[in-house]
Amino acid sequence: MSGVRVLVGTRKGAFVLRADGKRESWNVEGPLFAGWEVYHLKGSPGDPDRIYASQSTGWFGQQIQRSNDGGKTWDPVGNEFVYDGVPGTHQWYDGTPHPWEFARVWHMEPSLTDPDTVYAGVEDAALFRTVDGGKTWKELAGLRGHGSGPRWQPGAGGMCLHTILLHPSDPERIFVAISAAGAFRSDDGGTSWRPINKGLRSEGIPEPEAEVGHCVHRIALHPSRPDVLFMQKHWDVMRSDDAGESWREVSGNLPSDFGFPIDVHAHEPDTVFVVPIESDSKHFPPEGKLRVYRTRSGGEEWEPLTRGLPQRDCYVNVLRDAMAVDSLDACGVYFGTTGGQVYASADAGDSWKPIVRDLPAVLSVEVQTLP
Amino acid sequence: MIRVVLPAHLRTLARVEGEVALEVKGDATARAVLDALELRHPTLRGAIRDRVTGQRRPFVRYFACQRDLSHDPVDAPLPEAVADGREPFRVVGAMAGG
Repeated sequence: MSGVRVLVGTRKGAFVLRADGKRESWNVEGPLFAGWEVYHLKGSPGDPDRIYASQSTGWFGQQIQRSNDGGKTWDPVGNEFVYDGVPGTHQWYDGTPHPWEFARVWHMEPSLTDPDTVYAGVEDAALFRTVDGGKTWKELAGLRGHGSGPRWQPGAGGMCLHTILLHPSDPERIFVAISAAGAFRSDDGGTSWRPINKGLRSEGIPEPEAEVGHCVHRIALHPSRPDVLFMQKHWDVMRSDDAGESWREVSGNLPSDFGFPIDVHAHEPDTVFVVPIESDSKHFPPEGKLRVYRTRSGGEEWEPLTRGLPQRDCYVNVLRDAMAVDSLDACGVYFGTTGGQVYASADAGDSWKPIVRDLPAVLSVEVQTLP
Repeated sequence: MIRVVLPAHLRTLARVEGEVALEVKGDATARAVLDALELRHPTLRGAIRDRVTGQRRPFVRYFACQRDLSHDPVDAPLPEAVADGREPFRVVGAMAGG
């Protein structure tokens, strides 16, 4: 029988949650890498038993862990992330130049086909790639080097490259997103890059429609329609129908268009999920009600999904990498909160149940659909 | 033989229990001890010293013989009691919240 494996990164370790295809009864393993921040774990689409994890602390720096057996055992691999050449400067919070300094790996995106090839998005923002299963990492320096780097600035969480989307059929096309710089696209396998932020408007920067400087929180696509991108920006939910060449706002009737994650239904490319958050100064849900909002029309018209979610006195946040969908026939949706809950829906968001309630603050959630 | 005491997180990472005993060639200095430690346990590379600059990470300190050696030159001789194994060289995670 098919099943799912949910990979959860938290402030104090990682957890692996397993269930069969019914997604009713769960086995919880962890904490792995106990006491360390695990910003992200992700399995290889080419070999689901190959999983990579980003483990770090402010004390002892960055480690990359690799499992070859579906998360049962792990071994540290390479942790040398060295910027190509002289790193230069980006903007600090006050607009002054600040040298590029590696802090941690935020997101790992394994190749769609090769288990040994993985992209890593790091803070301070840059994109690295390994082609030897994580032993060595090399920067794809064309991203930082294309010219706008000195105008990038950190968001509240740091200046991070947090989203990497690999085109499902064109291996040359890659999308990334950086807080606070914006979205970028490569059409030559990561060698050269250009900003794709036309149509974004951000009041928190001197020139609201600038080419770069936007705090993009997350972008998502559906593999069947990879030219359509959805974006949760600092404020505003956006959509592009031309692979990022232009964007339009689709926030519609959301109670707040601030938020972090955004994801697309596994089988319905116009069904999209977001979690509205009150504001950038109050990182909790409006009215203390934890609601996932779903559109079935690619934006503008959103419906609240509340069944099984706390509808009073709830003041958790859901971070940008903490939502995922499985690809079972009835699409499962998962998200984790800063309060340590991981919620699952086995009916595309109609109803929710907590898998666990009391983990450390959840940083990331990924799910693997297993045969 | 030089004895090194690691903090819990680094013992887990290096998969060691208790102290690490190291044979250090030449003068017993902080650099020589850490070089030998990283050679024995490559997973500790970058966890104590920055990969690029070789500088001690900001939240890591070195103690021995009731002294803080964190700011001593890395090529200065360690105390004799460390060099002859009577006292351990302690790598310490700074006391900070979290």
